[in-house]
Amino acid sequence: MIDFQTHPSQYKHWRLEFNTEIANLIMDVSPENGIFDGYELKLNSYDLGVDIELYDALQRIRFEHPEVRAVILKSGKENVFCAGANIRMLAGATHSHKVGFCKFTNETRNSIEQASNDSGIKFLAAITGACAGGGYELALACDHLVLIDDGSSSVSLPEVPLLAVLPGTGGLTRLTDKRKVRRDRADIFCSTEEGLRGEKAVEWRLIDETIPRSKFEDHVQAAAKELATQSDRPTESQGIALSKLSKTAFKDNEAIGFNYSTVTLRVEPKVGTATIQIIGPDTPPPDTAEEIAAQGDQFWPLRAARELDDVLLHLRTNEETIGVIVFESQGDLAQVAAYDDLMETFAENWLVREIVLNWSRVLKRIDLTSRSLVALISPGSCFCGTLAEIVFACDRSYMAEGEFEELAFPEATLQLTNSNFGRHTMSNGISRLETRFLGEPDSLTKARESINTPLDAESSESIGLVSAIFDDIDWEEEIRLFVEGRVSFSADVMTAMEANLRFAGPETMETRIFGRLTAWQNWVFQRPNAVGEAGALQRYGSGQKPQFDNGRV
Amino acid sequence: MENSQVNYDTLIPNNVGLSEDRRVLKALEKWHPGYIDWWKNMGPNGFQESQVYLRTAVGVEKNGWAQFGYVKMPEYRWGVLLAPQVENRTISFGNHKGEAAWQEVPGEYRAILRRLIVIQGDTEPASVEQQRYLGQTAPSLYDMRNLFQVNVEEGRHLWAMVYLLQKYFAADGREEANMLLQRRSGDIDKPRMLGTFNEETPDWLSFFMFTFFTDRDGKMQLESLAQSGFDPLSRTTRFMLMEEAHHMFVGETGVGRVIQRTCEAMNEAGITDPYDIDRIRALGVIDLPTLQKKANLHYSLSLDLFGSEISTNAANAYSAGIKGRYNEEKIDDDHLLHNDSYPVLKMVDGKIVTVQENALTALNMRLRDDYIADASKGVGRWNKIIQKAGVEFELVLPHTAFHREIGEFGNTFCSPEGELISEDTFQERRNDWLPSSDDGAFIQSLMHPVTAPGEYAGWIAPPRIGIDQQPGDFEYVQLDEASA
Ligand SMILES: [Fe+2]
Ligand SMILES: [Fe+2]
Repeated sequence: MIDFQTHPSQYKHWRLEFNTEIANLIMDVSPENGIFDGYELKLNSYDLGVDIELYDALQRIRFEHPEVRAVILKSGKENVFCAGANIRMLAGATHSHKVGFCKFTNETRNSIEQASNDSGIKFLAAITGACAGGGYELALACDHLVLIDDGSSSVSLPEVPLLAVLPGTGGLTRLTDKRKVRRDRADIFCSTEEGLRGEKAVEWRLIDETIPRSKFEDHVQAAAKELATQSDRPTESQGIALSKLSKTAFKDNEAIGFNYSTVTLRVEPKVGTATIQIIGPDTPPPDTAEEIAAQGDQFWPLRAARELDDVLLHLRTNEETIGVIVFESQGDLAQVAAYDDLMETFAENWLVREIVLNWSRVLKRIDLTSRSLVALISPGSCFCGTLAEIVFACDRSYMAEGEFEELAFPEATLQLTNSNFGRHTMSNGISRLETRFLGEPDSLTKARESINTPLDAESSESIGLVSAIFDDIDWEEEIRLFVEGRVSFSADVMTAMEANLRFAGPETMETRIFGRLTAWQNWVFQRPNAVGEAGALQRYGSGQKPQFDNGRV
Repeated sequence: MENSQVNYDTLIPNNVGLSEDRRVLKALEKWHPGYIDWWKNMGPNGFQESQVYLRTAVGVEKNGWAQFGYVKMPEYRWGVLLAPQVENRTISFGNHKGEAAWQEVPGEYRAILRRLIVIQGDTEPASVEQQRYLGQTAPSLYDMRNLFQVNVEEGRHLWAMVYLLQKYFAADGREEANMLLQRRSGDIDKPRMLGTFNEETPDWLSFFMFTFFTDRDGKMQLESLAQSGFDPLSRTTRFMLMEEAHHMFVGETGVGRVIQRTCEAMNEAGITDPYDIDRIRALGVIDLPTLQKKANLHYSLSLDLFGSEISTNAANAYSAGIKGRYNEEKIDDDHLLHNDSYPVLKMVDGKIVTVQENALTALNMRLRDDYIADASKGVGRWNKIIQKAGVEFELVLPHTAFHREIGEFGNTFCSPEGELISEDTFQERRNDWLPSSDDGAFIQSLMHPVTAPGEYAGWIAPPRIGIDQQPGDFEYVQLDEASA
């Protein structure tokens, strides 16, 4: 089982150094410590294990080091910055692992950009040595790219000519959308194995500048300082430690799972479902920012977000055959609302900001989870505000109507707060409700008017917040029928259909990465020209030429 | 259009019909002043006005390529010379085996060919830069002339690679050709591409070792490029190999003469113990253990030039028909290597073991093994000199894993005998195995110029025969006043 929790003291592939406002994030991949057997992570190439550490490092910079305003991303190896995803790992991996791996790496790179845009953590890529494929894509996620001018270091996207696959970690999209490289130049760049360096690379906007070795270090420091001035992070705040999540495994006749402090995961392989239950806060929120900081990672919203994130990553990676994820909640709606309001009151506080952003990322991770998602709003649930976003992230949502005889819980209600109107945007740049109601602006208005009032099933349905409502006579049967129907469909077409329906509305770089780029990449990943016995991925490194079927599809 | 005669109609001597190839001629003429500038700034320091007895090629046939005469180095006629075209030559290995050799660059191999040519090209001016101060401490005019001969020929090798870049690689090739003049050995901002070519050549013993060990890597690389399916590259490198042989002659006989002189001096003084270093050094000669340390250093640095043990690039270049094996055509196999394996020394579970690897990806190792065999023969000839003098000492090549930076053994520490040791032990013994700064200082203390015709520094024996059959007191370099 792959564990997504780690700690800098356990890193095998990265080093973090902190010099007040500047942090060095040093990639120094240990070749023999691949997450799977059968390949060596040479030349700072990466696999999922390397990226799990990167993800952890970014979380630590956010929460544990509020003083950091700029991060220098660099290589700990002499002649290579990063060679990208390990090709032998890709060649040996199952299709689903490749897809899941690319998704996670994409999310991590997007989070670098989110950190820059919303957290005031600016990133500088100090590129020394070859920076190829996924290595350059990682650099592309940074704000400022400095390439050493030594006559040999270069940036490149050699996937197409070398491997017959796409630069699939946002590379193609960031070239054209973020750095606005002319399409013909992007075409040349992506079909030239050795890439570009020097002034030409600057002129083509592939990098921001190229600096000779003798001045490189000084320049990078100065440029990072300059970047740091754009940051609005606090100067005198203490970070909070992110401790290991409390997580215990359980197993009974029908299910296996984990109990966290605010989340329970129950996987029922026979039914084909995983149920994630979120448990609302058991204490009222603190009153001051200082108290929030004092609670640190035990502060309910942060604890819940981290646990939920861990569950999602676990399900995606370790439970590949589970097709339906059921979201449930349990708790005091009013208390969840109080926490949501608190987040609004202290929105300016760096820690609160980070917690809100973390929720945004977790919610996006739900959007991008390629399983059928259903929310069950049952008696005693607490889908309010931020937690209600989970409901709107789902493909279907069912709400219980009235009180259920045999249950002691109060009638199911749903409640909206300000957080449902723009605090957490989807990849398309707008809120989930806005996306939901693209064709019904009236519903959006009605929803907004309902803020801070608990809505019963009937009201929720009339506004259009849920898919259907059932009373206690029908509830169980309807849910069972839905689930059984859902798991009987082809998993492929479910994934494809859901991915198409979830992201209505505007195109953004992110939707293009997760939509267009990923879809095409996943197509290429299936094709014999890439993965067939004589395909480029399989033949890579053998010295034998790949054989292509050159019929255009 | 192409023939074995060198055409001197144009500024650039050539046998490739440059006068009819206006585009390339123009490009080369444009590059020429930059080259001359480079030579004047980065070529031999001083001596640019001296008359040097050099050989120049007037034809590429066996009898036409070595014409001797005095010339000032900046006026040396560097040219573009290819070995004669072999009629109906076919590609002898890889996926294109049996097809006609290419006269133009195939589009799909353009990048890989260009990279190979640039890397080869970069080593040529690099060694000139490394050796530029040696003229001032030459042990004789004979040696000084040999140094300059090597230097001008490395310059010509640069021309050879630049011609290919400009003729076959359009704008990219021109840019690379210019870059070859911009990089500088040892420069922090614009270093030469390969590590060894950024090391210093601080003294004449280093020069001899370098030409013996490192030029021999060049020879092996050229030998494998001479097999290339890209015919112009094959022809160019075949001609370069004729010159390269002389460079190795300079190295082998240079070290041989040092050994000879040391043994003679020991015998004259009645010293039988080669490890009686202080007394031997007092004679003004270089003791054999120090020579062993120098050999250890240069040999291990040169092994690094063969790259990683397992190389996809090497496999690709072979399959593509671009870079073959040493003596490819004499090897009795299918010349495809799809199903063959090759033994490679690797680190497995902390031990040095031989592993059977895919023969294609192990091509670097095969070439390195050929190199080792070739170098061993030279070392054997050095040992003959020692034997003949009756001294009990044998020079040996250290273990492959000793003092390596690149590949499997890059992070390990190993004795010259091949025993894996800790870093601490290595550092403790380092001065026993590699030249120490004291050794360097001692060698440096011997480096005094000897410029009278026929005379030699006390640490090196005269050669057995002169260049171009010239007599012993021949004035190989006529020093101008400034440098005399
Ligand atoms: Fe050469
Ligand atoms: Fe040479």
